[in-house]
Amino acid sequence: MMGMDRQSPARTRKKRTWAASVLALAAFASVLVPWAMSSRLPDLPMTRQATLVVLAAASLSEVFAEIGQRFEAEHPGVAVLLNLAGSQQLAQQLAQGAPADVFASADEKQMGIAAQAGRIAAGSSQPFAHNRLVVIYPQDNPAGLEKLQDLAKPGLRLVLAASEAPVGRYSLVFLDRTSQTPAFGPDYAAAVLGNVVSYEQTVKAVLAKVQLGEGDAGIVYVSDVNAGNAGLIGILEIPDSLNPAATYLLAPISDSAEHELAQAFIRLVLSPDGQEILARHGFLPIK
Amino acid sequence: MSERPRAAPVAWRRDPWWALSLPLLVFLALPLVALLVRTPPARLVANLTDPGVLQAVTLSLATTVATTAAIVLVGTPVAFTLARRRFPGRRLVDTLVDLPLVLPPAVAGVALLMAFGRRGILGGWLGSLGIEIAFTPIAVVLAQTFVAAPFYVKAASVGFAGIEPELEQAAALDGASVWQVFRHVTLPLAWTGLLSGAMMAWARALGEFGATIIFAGNYPGRTQTMPLAIYVGFELDLDAALTLAVILVGCSFIALMVVKGFLRRDVEMT
Repeated sequence: MMGMDRQSPARTRKKRTWAASVLALAAFASVLVPWAMSSRLPDLPMTRQATLVVLAAASLSEVFAEIGQRFEAEHPGVAVLLNLAGSQQLAQQLAQGAPADVFASADEKQMGIAAQAGRIAAGSSQPFAHNRLVVIYPQDNPAGLEKLQDLAKPGLRLVLAASEAPVGRYSLVFLDRTSQTPAFGPDYAAAVLGNVVSYEQTVKAVLAKVQLGEGDAGIVYVSDVNAGNAGLIGILEIPDSLNPAATYLLAPISDSAEHELAQAFIRLVLSPDGQEILARHGFLPIK
Repeated sequence: MSERPRAAPVAWRRDPWWALSLPLLVFLALPLVALLVRTPPARLVANLTDPGVLQAVTLSLATTVATTAAIVLVGTPVAFTLARRRFPGRRLVDTLVDLPLVLPPAVAGVALLMAFGRRGILGGWLGSLGIEIAFTPIAVVLAQTFVAAPFYVKAASVGFAGIEPELEQAAALDGASVWQVFRHVTLPLAWTGLLSGAMMAWARALGEFGATIIFAGNYPGRTQTMPLAIYVGFELDLDAALTLAVILVGCSFIALMVVKGFLRRDVEMT
């Protein structure tokens, strides 16, 4: 460093004491504050009997948080650890050997990838919910969207999920169906894809970009529109004939260390209580 | 170039410092070796012609060169001011320039979005002029500049500070203008520091990920730089991801070797 000033020893000592106090305070606060903020016992290994690691698609963030809390209330001493990411990211983690107990995927393809990697036993996965797509736009509707055909407007900034993510793949299925529908015509899909400005990794990232107004429109699940963001975005319905029915699958990980807990969690999701929680968050029941 | 005092040579087999150094060195080397082992050279060459890989490489090269040029242009005055001028708040300015070094790139991405996004402080006004930044290669350059600028400014600052002010004063006394002094006295003496800083900034810009994916988005050919393509490729096409990873490691390695070897200057981060 250039030009270090000489200081009297007393001043140096004073500075060192001050610096040490600040560091000690910061270290103390970094432990105390998170602990104080958690309303339960600190989640330390000695207070916990077991941890259930649940890999869940990003679109399940809110609903699995509630189901997880419900599960913890019914099984004291068990902590539910939610790993939320795009289903394709979770499938890759499983393929690379990440330890987990339950996998909830937003489509069959990613569940299949996990099964192919040997982490899911054949036939052990089952559907637990359905979902539908919806087009969203920022509250002030900068692109003036009124109907689905407007997505092909030149200059529109559309944010989609990457095609590896289930919701991205479902979006492509939707566009594929429009090319067979006279109301949209054969050029609609290509025009819409030409409007894409970014392929995000999870549906929540698509939601965030549209909420921020960075994108003029995005395609997400109906479950992603909730009381929290309903005032920030507008929606355009996609009719049933064009809307791919997203099927969510649930499976225990074959080499999980918590077999009983994993099965109990799956039972909770499939139970009437679990299905009611799913319905409240915008998901559709399994028929 | 200063001569560092050389310690008397110690038989390295019996030197405890060598043994203690091995864990970290092995830890750093192992993942890189694993990367090279997992990517057979034949596949590497084949993947180089993959359109997705080519797009990412071209975009990365184009944006990082633009970024480095921009950083040298706007960073040199800052480096000179920090090295030569004493002013109130100098420590604050120094901290500001250093901040992107310790700031998590994701935070930088969110912050850039708040400033230059469509609803951002400056972005909104630019939008009304018809200038859209987010989701374009310009956003990529901005993100890279934000995280890489400190690398250049620090090194350039040290380079400038190492010059005897008397030399510049003598030239000025002889009638040289400010620009003549800079061009004929300061630059020739400081150029190794500036160049090594520029190389480090370029290498950092090449590896930038967090700020890019949040601020610029992910679109092949437009904003999907090599690090983004690796992240995406991990899920889609591991082969392509490995190829890009090897290229990135190679580029970073070469950049550091140039800085250390050819310029004969150790990178100092002060």
